[in-house]
Amino acid sequence: MNTVTEVKGRSLWSDARRRFFQNKAAVAGLIALTAIVLISFIGPFFAVWSFEEIDWNTMGSAATLGRPSFETGHFFGTDDLGRDIYSRVLQGTQISLKVGVIGAAIAVIVGTVYGTVAGYVGGRTDQIMMRIVDILMSIPFMFVLILLLVIFGRSETMIFVGIGMLAWLDMSRIVRGQTLTLKNKEFVEAARATGVNTPTIIRRHIVPNLLGIVAIYATLLVPLMILTESFISFLGLGVQEPNTSWGALISEGAGTIRYDTEWQLLFPLAFFVVTLFSFFFIGDGLRDALDPKDR
Amino acid sequence: MSEPILSVKDMKVWFDVRDDAAGGIFPKTKKLKAVDGVTFDLMPGETLGIVGESGCGKSTLARSIIRLVKATSGEAVWMGRDLLSLSDADMLAVRKDIQMIFQDPLASLNPRMTCGEIIAEPLKTHFKGMGKTERREKVKAMLEKVGMDPSQINRYPHEFSGGQCQRIGIARALITNPKLIICDEPVSALDVSVQAQVVNLLMALQKELGISLLFIAHDLSVVKHISDRIMVLYFGNVVEIGTSQQVIEQPKHAYTQKLIASIPIPDPRKEMARRKVRRAERAAS
Repeated sequence: MNTVTEVKGRSLWSDARRRFFQNKAAVAGLIALTAIVLISFIGPFFAVWSFEEIDWNTMGSAATLGRPSFETGHFFGTDDLGRDIYSRVLQGTQISLKVGVIGAAIAVIVGTVYGTVAGYVGGRTDQIMMRIVDILMSIPFMFVLILLLVIFGRSETMIFVGIGMLAWLDMSRIVRGQTLTLKNKEFVEAARATGVNTPTIIRRHIVPNLLGIVAIYATLLVPLMILTESFISFLGLGVQEPNTSWGALISEGAGTIRYDTEWQLLFPLAFFVVTLFSFFFIGDGLRDALDPKDR
Repeated sequence: MSEPILSVKDMKVWFDVRDDAAGGIFPKTKKLKAVDGVTFDLMPGETLGIVGESGCGKSTLARSIIRLVKATSGEAVWMGRDLLSLSDADMLAVRKDIQMIFQDPLASLNPRMTCGEIIAEPLKTHFKGMGKTERREKVKAMLEKVGMDPSQINRYPHEFSGGQCQRIGIARALITNPKLIICDEPVSALDVSVQAQVVNLLMALQKELGISLLFIAHDLSVVKHISDRIMVLYFGNVVEIGTSQQVIEQPKHAYTQKLIASIPIPDPRKEMARRKVRRAERAAS
């Protein structure tokens, strides 16, 4: 029987991939995002100045000597302290993307596990678990996060913890809702009838059918995480000097905009905006690709 | 006659539903008696048809036997042991022998799994030691048995027609060599010509493998074709039970008579004539 050549099936994933690549905006977003990620990792090799080095020549006279130029090696100009904006933007990109991706990853993992368990087990367990989510949601997290950063000091880990705590709540609600509709489908009943145990049903039947929604939500979550981090950094509570992030750079740039140093704001802002747009376009493309009926 | 393979005794399944008429701040509940004291025996190799209108408890009865729905009281004695009081571990062993086929062919297959993975799932659950290649060979042999091309093993459910999906469902039910298959309206979602194919396939497989079938349907003409005996349910109660011929040709209960009268005759002239008679009857009374 092995002699018969087996026909290769067309999975829903491969269908979705095909639809995604037909979406021009989404592909453009993907390309732009890949470019930004590559630049942030390859770019530093071409930098003349490191992100914490101070160019004493331009210090104090950023508006004149610190202009973007290839001669001085400051491609994007310098800030008021004479530090190279090019290097700092790349460093900030790395940090901001890291915060976004790790924050979204925490949300995806915790939210998916919590939501599927609550939804699948149902009954009283579900009630208790979702009420906990409701209670946590009613806490003003920005306030708590700021308190945490003040009390335990500013650190990257604290930002990850804070943002992760905030983000999984919505995710778990979405996942629970999806699980509720899935668990009454006949294929889940069929699995129960043959005696497949609950963890396996969740892993084999529920989660793969949730991943579409989760993927869409995660790509929309990354820019939200970046925005949250930027906001905290803008307030001056984010990453610690000499490290920086988009929020911190934009904050500094916005502070000095009256002194004719617009490059201090525009370069980080451009990276920030392009990345956010890319993520939103990719998320949109994913939604159209994975949920063709919902268009 | 030999011992029954399954005997259900006074099965009751009651659900709590909210009683909106009662009012008050806290919703009061009332009992919905979906299945209310059903008793029947099923012989080895026999097909028992269960008919009745929608909501009369056919599916709930079937589901309560394999504990997908919790029964309120009663017994389901399977080869000498009451299924409803078995431990989960013992029940798992029994599940190998009792499989189920579902109503909606596409919805009963996980859209993210290939048809090979779907059919192999009961094997993975009950024969943990079985190797991957052996499992694959078995799945292919089973595909052939249900009249499908084994080369389609890597295809996904959405790439098959409704009839093919139902064949995959049947293959999944047969793969563990069960002794009883519960068919919950297996053909009502299919069109008539495919219905016939699937029903004939089920009958052929039953004859070959000697399995018992619990065949649920609301379409009497299908049930008549496949069943040895027929049980008529009405509001969770057994109205009539007897051999296929008896129930169809000499229905005793008024409800059964009405049910049989509602079977459409596939001949427009005869159907018209019958309708005329009925109209005249209604006018007279």
